[in-house]
Amino acid sequence: MQFMLLFSRQGKLRLQKWYVPLSDKEKKKITRELVQTVLARKPKMCSFLEWRDLKIVYKRYASLYFCCAIEGQDNELITLEIIHRYVELLDKYFGSVCELDVIFNFEKAYFILDEFLLGGEAQETSKKNVLKAIEQADLLQESEDWGSLQSDEIL
Amino acid sequence: MPAVSKGDGMRGLAVFISDIRNKSKEAEIKRINKELANIRSKFKGDKALDGYSKKKYVCKLLFIFLLGHDIDFGHMEAVNLLSSNKYTEKQIGYLFISVLVNSNSELIRLINNAIKNDLSSRNPTFMCLALHCIANVGSREMAEAFASEIPRILVADTMDSVKQSAALCLLRLYKTSPDLVLMGEWTSRVVHLLNDQHMFQGVVTAAISLITCLSQKNPDEFKTCVSLAVSRLSRIVSSASTDLQDYTYYFVPAPWLSCKLLRLLQCYPPPEDGAVKGRLVECLETILNKAQEPPKSKKVQHSNAKNAILFEAISLIIHYDEPNLLVRACNQLGQFLQHRETNLRYLALESMCTLASSEFSHEAVKTHIETVINALKTERDVSVRQRAADLLYAMCDRSNAKQIVAEMLSYLETADYSIREEMVLKVAILAEKYAVDYSWYVDTILNLIRIAGDYVSEEVWYRVIQIVINRDDVQGYAAKTVFEALQAPACHENMVKVGGYILGEFGNLIAGDPRSPLVQFNLLHSKFHLCSVPTRALLLSAYIKFINLFPETKVTIQEVLRCDSQIRNSDVELQQRAVEYLKLSSIASTDVLATVLEEMPPFPERESSILAKLKKKKGPGAVSVTELDDSKREGGELNGGGERAADTAAMAASNASTPSPSADLLGIRSSAPMGAAPAAAGSLLVDVFSEAGPAAPAAAVNNDGFLFVCKNNGVLFENQLLQIGIKSEYRQNLRMYLFYGNKTSVQFASFSTTVSCPGELTPQLNVQSKPVEPLVEGGAQIQQVLNIECLSDFSDAPLLNIKFYGGALQNLTLKLPVTINKFFQPTEMTSQDFFQRWKQLSLLGLGSALLDNVDPNPENYVCAGVIQTKGQQVGCLLRLEPNAQAQMYRLTLRCSKESVSKRLCELLSQQF
Repeated sequence: MQFMLLFSRQGKLRLQKWYVPLSDKEKKKITRELVQTVLARKPKMCSFLEWRDLKIVYKRYASLYFCCAIEGQDNELITLEIIHRYVELLDKYFGSVCELDVIFNFEKAYFILDEFLLGGEAQETSKKNVLKAIEQADLLQESEDWGSLQSDEIL
Repeated sequence: MPAVSKGDGMRGLAVFISDIRNKSKEAEIKRINKELANIRSKFKGDKALDGYSKKKYVCKLLFIFLLGHDIDFGHMEAVNLLSSNKYTEKQIGYLFISVLVNSNSELIRLINNAIKNDLSSRNPTFMCLALHCIANVGSREMAEAFASEIPRILVADTMDSVKQSAALCLLRLYKTSPDLVLMGEWTSRVVHLLNDQHMFQGVVTAAISLITCLSQKNPDEFKTCVSLAVSRLSRIVSSASTDLQDYTYYFVPAPWLSCKLLRLLQCYPPPEDGAVKGRLVECLETILNKAQEPPKSKKVQHSNAKNAILFEAISLIIHYDEPNLLVRACNQLGQFLQHRETNLRYLALESMCTLASSEFSHEAVKTHIETVINALKTERDVSVRQRAADLLYAMCDRSNAKQIVAEMLSYLETADYSIREEMVLKVAILAEKYAVDYSWYVDTILNLIRIAGDYVSEEVWYRVIQIVINRDDVQGYAAKTVFEALQAPACHENMVKVGGYILGEFGNLIAGDPRSPLVQFNLLHSKFHLCSVPTRALLLSAYIKFINLFPETKVTIQEVLRCDSQIRNSDVELQQRAVEYLKLSSIASTDVLATVLEEMPPFPERESSILAKLKKKKGPGAVSVTELDDSKREGGELNGGGERAADTAAMAASNASTPSPSADLLGIRSSAPMGAAPAAAGSLLVDVFSEAGPAAPAAAVNNDGFLFVCKNNGVLFENQLLQIGIKSEYRQNLRMYLFYGNKTSVQFASFSTTVSCPGELTPQLNVQSKPVEPLVEGGAQIQQVLNIECLSDFSDAPLLNIKFYGGALQNLTLKLPVTINKFFQPTEMTSQDFFQRWKQLSLLGLGSALLDNVDPNPENYVCAGVIQTKGQQVGCLLRLEPNAQAQMYRLTLRCSKESVSKRLCELLSQQF
């Protein structure tokens, strides 16, 4: 997989993960182009499309579009299920995930993704194992955060 | 999972995010600038920030960056977080670094240090964070620092999660810097990860991606993975849907792992071991059988996962090209063609395209023609229609060409703009490739121009003219047809071009009533004013041709040429044509006119440039090489003749190479006669498959190496994809330059070369080579330098193995033309010395010095040289005594070592 983008129905980018080295300018251009292309597609259309020399696999969950770019030989259907598994992970972690969860806890969304996919390949496909890893991290966070909560300021 | 840490992790961050949300762009920017100023002052402030605040501010910066704003500070603070021993601070630090990598070398040094510490911390969570960071950044600097460390972590006795991260981390580094990741001693232990019974599926799932990538580069080193992959696959395929517990996804056992295993197997030919092959075929059959079973769940995830495996299995079947399985696969895909899931229809169409190119399944694919035509007409999604058009193109052959071309033409009338140009190219190619009668071909192309004129590229209309010019049996028909097409009140300009050209050449063939010369002329001229300059220029040339064909039109045409809008036209090309043609027609005698304006000679046979254009448009892999070969074979038929003229300058070439309208279609004014333009002009026409390219030596290369005994430069190897040139020079060691030229327009991936010295040669030669770049762009050439040291004399040649991925995995082995005489150092000596040594030794040329005035008989050649090996110097003398009358020669060699004289003698005797 070359990259994964999450964006809203309004075209706002919510998460971007790049597995190939690209300049910021290229990333912005690709994002703009793809968001436009995918948003222009009608609901019942197929989830795959050719784009440049890549294959785009996308699926909409509520107000969020999940969009992956894979290479010629990669498997479209299994990529569709990668998206679904990621959604399941988010859902299980946040408890009925919604777009707001991804906005306010963007760092968590990245951490979960890193446990699941690494370098563009499925690293751990067991839901239980991924969540176990994140849970452990959260336990660490809770014990660490005890002291610092008081000192939090608005700015 | 409770929503423990939501929001209350960093309250300041949450407040900031909600502040920005739903603000206008301007208000957002204002708020962000305020925040940036605040963070900057905090970072610069005298008060040292505690870890928590630092984490919060770094996280805010990251959020601002992800919103699309530029961030130019905070890297240092993020790096500081890396060395925190609080997990969450470390984690945010790593996330920031992963997203906002900075090439500041001082920072990179610090980052690498922090990573190094975490990797050696023995704390698995810290190790994973560090590995994730390397995998996310994947820069060359990181590869340099960690590529040798990670394999150790991968095979060490660590937690599974660490192993998994290490495997994929290594994969990422290998993709960016393959030269730095050397598996060497780790290879077998990495392959063994596939085997480990106790190993959880997770580790295998991660490791297999790495193994697949490495196998593509070094198939031999990893080939033991094939049998392991087969047995792993077989265990999964035959397991019940609950056996694999959490790795079962919607009742499908380990779908990701299964797909990856099937993908890995596609890097190799079918297993040679009968038992392994049998087991694999059984797996593939089971997968095909399962597709027929009723679904275990109605959820789309179940069918997607199941079908993902099925499609991957079909890819493997296509790779193996195994007749029975291919036909079964084709039948399965046939069912999907009418499935209610759009995704499945799309994939079935796509996959069938590849099946169509195998001789074993081509016929089976053809049986679905009606369904595919129906898909082209009724699918609501343009990307699916596109696949249907691709498949029709792929399944087209002589038997169904007329039907398919007709369907594609009728689809063109309503086709989406985005795919029209490609459709036009496809129709043009099919019409040419499968034309049985030329009138059908001409009708098709003219229809194409009529229906989708805007999308008909130059290549298409050049081609129809080339073909009409070369086939005299179609010329009359073509003239009649264009005449009729031009009757339409609104005509596409491309039609006017074709019409002008063809009537200018062959109008005389149809010049009876009601198509009298004047009617033809008036018809063409009625379009003149609506046309662009290049078309007008072409029409002017057609007019002067008319004057030659039909003297009765001379007065009318001269009047047209003479009017101010022509002769004083502000466009210099049009003006010049008008002036010159007017003058030519008034001063030249009919004989001269007839000679100058003679009918165009046939175009030299050349490959269709339309194919190249389609290929370029579609990108790599879209037009398979087999298709192209096919057209090469069949292309000739339509072009008739078959005689390949020595000079290759088609009208298309000269036109395409000259951007100005002065490209003279009729060749009247070109500086060189049409047929004699330099061959290089042909190569300007993106036509990569044309053999008219500048460097096209004999395709058959003598690979015994004898060709290069007395030669230092030349073409070592050439096929349709690749050309290898060679240049060698001797300076103490033999330096050999290899030039690998990609002859296609498609990139070669995973390009690698290895030089080996088999058997006896190992102690005799020392060959050093630098690795080559793994990517060779289309049309590009890369160079590799070999440094060869001769340790002792030798007779075998080292082997050059080349592997790359260009459409399919290519694997070549060639003998390198390294022969003992390449190590000659010439020696000067006098006659006296020579014969003195001659007497001492018992041995020409090829590196030794050719000596004049040495031999008393001037007919004889004598040479002397010293072969430089590391161990010893072998002096060689040679005497060649030709006997012209008897057509014989005697060659005598004397060397200070017997094996050398023997080998030199063998080499030389091949040369005469």
